[in-house]
Amino acid sequence: MEITVNGEKTAIEEMSVLSFLQKIDIDPKRVAVELNLDILPKADYDSTLLKGGDQLEIVHFVGGGR
Amino acid sequence: MLTEDQIARYSRHIILKEVGGKGQKKLFDGKVMIIGAGGLGSPIALYLAAAGVGTIGIADADVVDLSNLQRQVIHQTKDVGIAKVLSAKEKMLAINPELRVNTYEEWISAANISEIIKDYDFVIDGTDNFAAKFLINDACVLAGKPYSHGGILQFDGQTITIDPGKSPCYRCIFPTPPPKDAIPTCSTAGVIGVLPGVIGTIQATEAIKYLLGKGELLTGRLLTYSALRMRFREVPIKKSGKCPICGDHPTITQVVDELDALNVCDLEK
Repeated sequence: MEITVNGEKTAIEEMSVLSFLQKIDIDPKRVAVELNLDILPKADYDSTLLKGGDQLEIVHFVGGGR
Repeated sequence: MLTEDQIARYSRHIILKEVGGKGQKKLFDGKVMIIGAGGLGSPIALYLAAAGVGTIGIADADVVDLSNLQRQVIHQTKDVGIAKVLSAKEKMLAINPELRVNTYEEWISAANISEIIKDYDFVIDGTDNFAAKFLINDACVLAGKPYSHGGILQFDGQTITIDPGKSPCYRCIFPTPPPKDAIPTCSTAGVIGVLPGVIGTIQATEAIKYLLGKGELLTGRLLTYSALRMRFREVPIKKSGKCPICGDHPTITQVVDELDALNVCDLEK
C-alpha cells in the first residue's frame, strides 16, 4: 500500500505508526506525528495501524535559536 | 505626522501600498518583544530597528562569546564579554536612533514572563531551549498575545505564528516538551551560521505584517526549512481539542516552568 510521508509517496507494508517510525530510524521521543491532519497522541503510536492513502507528517522538535 | 527625515528614511516602505505613511506610523507606534538576543534575535532586532518599529524590547541574560559571532550578526568582535542586550541595543540605535529599546538582562521564567510581555503588541521567540519555548507559548496563549515561534538546529529550521484563540498553538503540535536528553544540544549538534538569518527574518516579517494588519500570517501551518535540501514545506496544523492549554479541557491555567526541559543549550556553558 501507499502512504504519503512529509509530502512524498512511500510504499509500505501494513504496520503501526510506531513500527514505521522505527523502520525509518526516527526516535518517537523527538517528533510529533500528524496523521490525516490530526496530531496523534504519543500513547496511540503503537495501536494505530497505517492504512493506504494515509497522510503522515513527521515534525521534529527543533529547540535551538541561538 | 512623519518628519521629512522619516519620509526619506522609510521612503521604500511608504511607496508600498500596503504600508504607506499610515502603515509606517503603525510600525512606529508598534511594540515588539524579542526574547533571545542570539542567532534568531540578531536578524530580528536589526530588521525591526531598520523597519522603524518604534518600541523594541529585548531579553537575554547572556554575554557575547567569540563562538556566537559565526551566526549572531548583531554582535561584533569588540562586543565579546559584554551583555548581549546592551550590544544589541547599541546596534539597533546606531541604525535608527529614534527607537525606544528596552533591555531585560535576565532569563525568562514563570516568575517574570507575564510582566515582560505585558506591554508589547507582538512577541518573538528567539530562545534556544524548550523550557523557554513552552513558557513563551503558555504566557502568550494565556495573555491572548500573538507571537512567532522559531527553532533552528544544524541545517533545519521551523517557524509558526500563533494568534491565541484564533489559531493553533505550539502545544497543539507538541503537547509536552521532549524528554531532557532526547534532542541534541546546539553545541554538540552545531548550527550553520546562515540558518537563523532565514528563520529570523521570516519571524520579523510576521511582526511587521501583524503591526500593519496586512497579508496573511503564518498561522495554522508550520513552515519547515531544510537548508541542505533547500526546501521549504508547510505542515497544516489544526487547533487541537486535546491541547493542554488551548483545547477543550485545558490543564494548564497559569504559567509554570517546565523544569524537565531546562536550557538544553545552557548545559554547554
